[in-house]
Formats: sequence, structure tokens, C-alpha cells
Amino acid sequence: MGPPLRLNQCRSRLGAPPSLPAVCGRVARNPGLQVGMAAFAATAGRLLGLRAAGTEGRLLRLRGAGLQRALLQPASATGDAAQRRQVAHFTFQPDPEPQEYGQTQKMNLFQAITSALDNSLAKDPTAVIFGEDVAFGGVFRCTVGLRDKYGKDRVFNTPLCEQGIVGFGIGIAVTGATAIAEIQFADYIFPAFDQIVNEAAKYRYRSGDLFNCGSLTIRAPWGCVGHGALYHSQSPEAFFAHCPGIKVVVPRSPFQAKGLLLSCIEDKNPCIFFEPKILYRAAVEQVPVEPYHIPLSQAEVIQEGSDVTLVAWGTQVHVMREVASMAQEKLGVSCEVIDLKTILPWDMDTVCKSVIKTGRLLISHEAPLTGGFASEISSTVQLYKRLLSFFLKSFWM
Amino acid sequence: MRKMLAAAVSRVLSGVTQKPTSRVLVASCNYSNDAMFAIKKCDLYRLEEGPPVTTVLTREDGLKYYRMMQTVRRMELKADQLYKQKFIRGFCHLCDGQEACSVGLEAGINPTDHVITSYRAHGLCYTRGLSVRSILAELTGRRGGCAKGKGGSMHMYVKNFYGGNGIVGAQGPLGAGIALACKYKGNKEVCLTLYGDGAANQGQIAEAHNMAALWKLPCVFICENNLYGMGTPVERASASTDYYKRGNFIPGLRVDGMDVLGVREATKFVADYCRSGKGPIVMELQTYRYHGHSMSDPGISYRTREEVQNVRKKSDPIMLLKDRMVNSELATVEELKDIDVEVRKEVEDAAQFAMTDPEPPLEELAHHIYCNTPAFEVRGANQWIKFK
Repeated sequence: MGPPLRLNQCRSRLGAPPSLPAVCGRVARNPGLQVGMAAFAATAGRLLGLRAAGTEGRLLRLRGAGLQRALLQPASATGDAAQRRQVAHFTFQPDPEPQEYGQTQKMNLFQAITSALDNSLAKDPTAVIFGEDVAFGGVFRCTVGLRDKYGKDRVFNTPLCEQGIVGFGIGIAVTGATAIAEIQFADYIFPAFDQIVNEAAKYRYRSGDLFNCGSLTIRAPWGCVGHGALYHSQSPEAFFAHCPGIKVVVPRSPFQAKGLLLSCIEDKNPCIFFEPKILYRAAVEQVPVEPYHIPLSQAEVIQEGSDVTLVAWGTQVHVMREVASMAQEKLGVSCEVIDLKTILPWDMDTVCKSVIKTGRLLISHEAPLTGGFASEISSTVQLYKRLLSFFLKSFWM
Repeated sequence: MRKMLAAAVSRVLSGVTQKPTSRVLVASCNYSNDAMFAIKKCDLYRLEEGPPVTTVLTREDGLKYYRMMQTVRRMELKADQLYKQKFIRGFCHLCDGQEACSVGLEAGINPTDHVITSYRAHGLCYTRGLSVRSILAELTGRRGGCAKGKGGSMHMYVKNFYGGNGIVGAQGPLGAGIALACKYKGNKEVCLTLYGDGAANQGQIAEAHNMAALWKLPCVFICENNLYGMGTPVERASASTDYYKRGNFIPGLRVDGMDVLGVREATKFVADYCRSGKGPIVMELQTYRYHGHSMSDPGISYRTREEVQNVRKKSDPIMLLKDRMVNSELATVEELKDIDVEVRKEVEDAAQFAMTDPEPPLEELAHHIYCNTPAFEVRGANQWIKFK
């Protein structure tokens, strides 16, 4: 354990923004994310500068919302520059082939989901899958072939009624059967919000553990995809984080998705599983064919580091990985990258331990900034550090 | 005047003075001024009598409806083209095949009445008063668009037209609310609240029905039944496909939505019903869309090409009106062809504008989040770039 950190709670404003190069361009032409990187570089530089100057490690709460973008400088927007699209960028980084789960097959995200659902339906005779358009395979092809294999009474379409779908799923789960509901886009989950928060989350508690809807899992495509605009891009995990009684999970890759989805289905609490839609085809990995489980509420340290902790989930994890390697290369900053995986209940220990080690935390997510889940993480970490430093002080004295 | 000139020319060319009545070509000035047509009787629910079974169409109205329907058709096809050329991105839901619905509805109500609909809204945007230019520019996301390029296909608005809604069924309670405002203000206006066969299964629609009936709101609930909710045919989605009866305690009627005159008469009927204070009413328009649900849907994986072509051959709304008008000598084929040419040109010009207009400036990215003076700063994706 390093020297005791004196916690200075001030959120430092990093002064005037660095001058940003006017860069714009399509993804293929400019994968360098120069502006975003310049911003990060400036931040990291200042962080290091502070450290070198001998000040105590400041816990800077920096939250970067959204995918990194190459942006135009407004003043210099020329006619043809205005025609070029400003698009976000990430590069999916596959994990190495897992050895411990048997034979693997190359799958993308939607195939991994199909595989997980296939395993569940095979193992659990009470499992049913339902939602809008799931019978032919789903709008993202996550349920292709399941209806033919398991029958139309186990994989069936519902009418266009999200509140009905979730309420209906709660009913199935309460009797003990396994219900896997699909909401076509996370943006449409709001009619079902009442059912999730007021019914699903509270069933066990209000019945004194007599009844529960733990065998309910709700799946929904989640997150930014580039052309989704208002209603096909939302990331509503923060709304659900405010509700004890449910679990909220976001995988970063096909291997993670299959394991996490199987854990959600087996878990005895109602779970919401958000699948990053931009990764459905873009993410390809070796995924075990047999069922396996990845534990919920356990964050993973993907890359060890010593200078700053980067926390993200879903698509942003790949952005953070790229950020970490660029920081290492260009600034010599060693980043520790953590994939949170489960938003609720989240793994406080891993994140806090990491921040104790590095002294700095940066959280990045797609959803809006205010009230986004990063605010919960950062305030908890600050509290943790404060308590920890209090105890340490008492110990040292 | 042009016809007179053509008559003179052809007379000169033929070299023989002919009696006017025997002319059959362009030169004929013998248009009837109006004609009476029969309309299919509507199925009624909880109603004693329905709209009339005959109607009179004047030449002027006929040409107007023809032009409007042709414009909507051309505009949708142009939008299809622009989408494939990637000038329009995101989502685009086209309503070609359903032109009689938008034009007929507009013909049956006043400009002071209100309309709200779902995302398949381009036709209604045009009939409610937006120009083709502003619609296409909005689709391509340019400054000249009706929502300044920030709304896109599903969010186009104009006075007394409240959009364009992305979330299925969300416009139901909104329409009931607009109707409440009409009743409250006592101005004898009605609100047409359109939704589709898929949305008919949303809880919000049932809630809106209940509120409208309870408080006797002047709200016309119109179900545009195009037989498919995205890829799901109506029998697989709804326990009852008689959408005009789904209002339960609200009276309803079912109308052939491919016949613009039928839609017009029915709309007049339901608007009068609501204006007289009897409460809401449900109208089901049986129609068909030629394109798929959206541009990413080919539209033939859940229905056969033959089915689509069949509808095109037998019940195309523009063709039906054209046949009626030509057969009763309200207009000639050439005259209608001229309208086609003019419409094509108008849409071409609009598309040109839509492709070349500049996009809204980056400074406006964060405008109109709130209603605010003075402007406040909004952080974007990058920590140090703020928008006002």
C-alpha cells in the first residue's frame, strides 16, 4: 500500500481548454481520434504534472460522456467540411480465445446470444422466449432458428405492447417458469418501466419471499449505433440503477455476452440484459459452444496499470482500451482499464481498490452526463476513499 | 386557354371546320363541371347511419386531389431514391399506396382542425401544408427543412399538425389532449389522431379511447390499417382485426382507404359527428403500403410480390381517381399527364434543393433543448467543447 493519500476533495477545473486541432473526417480516414486524444492527453499531462509537482494524488472526477468524436472547430467550418460527416469511432478488440470452456467457435455478438438462448432452452424445459418479431429470428437475428428447434409454444411473438410484454413475463416468472422477454430497442423499455420498477423489483420483498419473479430476464439492444437518432440509440441503464431489486448487466463482447446472459437467466433475481447493438455484427470472437457462466457483480480488470483507472461498460470499453494504449504510447501513462459489466449491483471493491492504487479515476459512458451512472461511481469512490483515509489516519496516529 | 389554342391549331392542321361536339382529343372543351360517384358503403359499429354512398366531385377538386396524391407519390419515390443514394440516413418510412388517406382526410376537414399521426407521416406533412422542399430538406437534414434539419423523417411539424411520432402509440393520448384543448376553447375544431394496426395493440391507445369517451372529446381516432405491423400481418398481432370496433364503447366505421372520395366523405361525417359534441369516434381506413415498413425492409419477406403488384393494379388510389375522372369527362388523360410532368419537376427541384442546402451549423447543435434566454452551456461529447 502506498503512502497515505490525503484526500483533497476539490474538483479541479483544468483551466482553459487546450487548443484543439481542427480535424474532421470519416471514420475510415481518420481513426486517430485526434481531438479526443488531445483532450485526454492534456488531461493526463496535467495529472502527471500535478503528481510530479509533489502534490498529493488528487481524486479528479473526470467524466467523459459519449464516444470519442473528431469534431470541427465551429469557426473554421467550411462548406465542404460541413458536408463531411462527424462520426464516432471505436475498434472492437477481441479477447484471446478462452481455453477453459471446451471447444470454441467463431461467433459475433448476436450469434453468441443465440447460442446462450439455445443452451437455456435446451437445459430448462420451462424456458420461453417472447417479444416483438422474435419468431422469425428477431430484428437483430438473436433468435434465429430457435422457433424451429424448440417449437412455437416456446418461442413466440407478442403484439406491440412493451408494458404487456414485461408484465406478462413477470407473471410467467412468478409461477416458476423461466421467462426471457425481448424489448425490441432499449428506447422502448419505458412503457414497461412501471412494471419493472414497481412489480418485478419488489415482488420478492413485498410477498416476504413467498413469491418472486427471479426467473425473468429482459433483453434489449442498447446504445449508440450511429444512425439511430433519438429512439434507437438510448442507454437507459442509469434509470434502472436507481431501483433495488433488479440487476442490470451490459456485456462488452460475444464471449462476455454469452456467459453473462446465461448467468442472468440462471440468477434468481429479475435481470435486464442490455446488448450493445453496434457490436452485434462488429464484434467477432471465439466463443465456447457449451454453456458457461460469468459471474455477475464482478468487474474485470482488463489491463493493469498504475497511473489512472479507466472504468467503462459495453462499447466504451473498447474505446477505453484504445485510449489506454494511446496514452501509454504517446504520454507514457499507464492506465488500468476496468470493465464494470454489471451496473447494478456494481462491484465497488474492484473499482475502489484500483483507485486506491492509482489515485485517479476516469469513467466514460454513452448516456447523458447528468445523473448518468458515472456520478454514482465517482461519488461512491470518493466516499470510500474518505472513509479509508480516515481509518488510515487513525491507524497511523 | 391552352386548350382553346390547341383546338385552333388542330383545326387549322386538319383543315376542316369540325363541330366541337365531335372532338375527342385535347381540343375538347366539353368538360363536365362535376360528376356524381358511388362510394362503397362503410361498415358501421354503434352507429345508426353512416356517410353517404354517393358524392359529387367537382373538376377543380378532382384535379386538386390528383395533383396532391401524385405529389405525395413522387415525393415518396424521390425519398426512396435519396435514401439509396445515402442523402437521407437513419430511418425513413414511406407511405406510397396510402395517398388517398392523407389527401382524403385533408379534404374532409378544415385547415383549422388538428392532426397528429405516427412516423409514416410524409403524406400528411404535405397535405397539411408543408412544401415538398421543406419535407425533403428535413429528410436530408438540412437547414431548409421544416424542423431546421434536427427532426428528420419522423419529426416534421407545421401549424395544426403535431407530427410525426417515433414511439408507436405515443400519439394516442397526445391527440386526446389536443381534442380536450379544442373542447375547452369551444372553437368547434376536431383532432384527428392517427395510428396504425400495430399501434392498436398498445395500452396507450386504449387509455386515450377511455379518456376521450369519458369526457366526450372531439377526437377522431383513425386506424390506418395497412395489414402489416412492420413484418407481422394483422391476424398474428391482434385478437380482433376489426379495428373500428376496438374502441369498444366508442362508435366506429370502416372505410375503404384506397378511394379518396370515400375517405373524404367519411372524414366529413366523422368530423361533423365530433363537432356536434357527441364525443369521440373511431375510423378504420383499410389501405396498403407498397414499400416495406421502412427503407431497411424490402417488404417482400412477409408478403409476396404478387400481392403488392395486385394491389397496385386493382386498387391504386391515383389510378382509381384518374379512371373516374377520365371516364366521366372531368379531365382528359393528357391534362392529367401534364400535371404529372409538373409534379415531377416540382419534386426534382425540391430534391435538388434538399441535396445542396447546407446542414445546420454546429453551433445550433444544443439549441432548443430547453426554452431559455440567456443561453446556457451544454457539454457535448468532449469535455472542453461546449455548445450554447
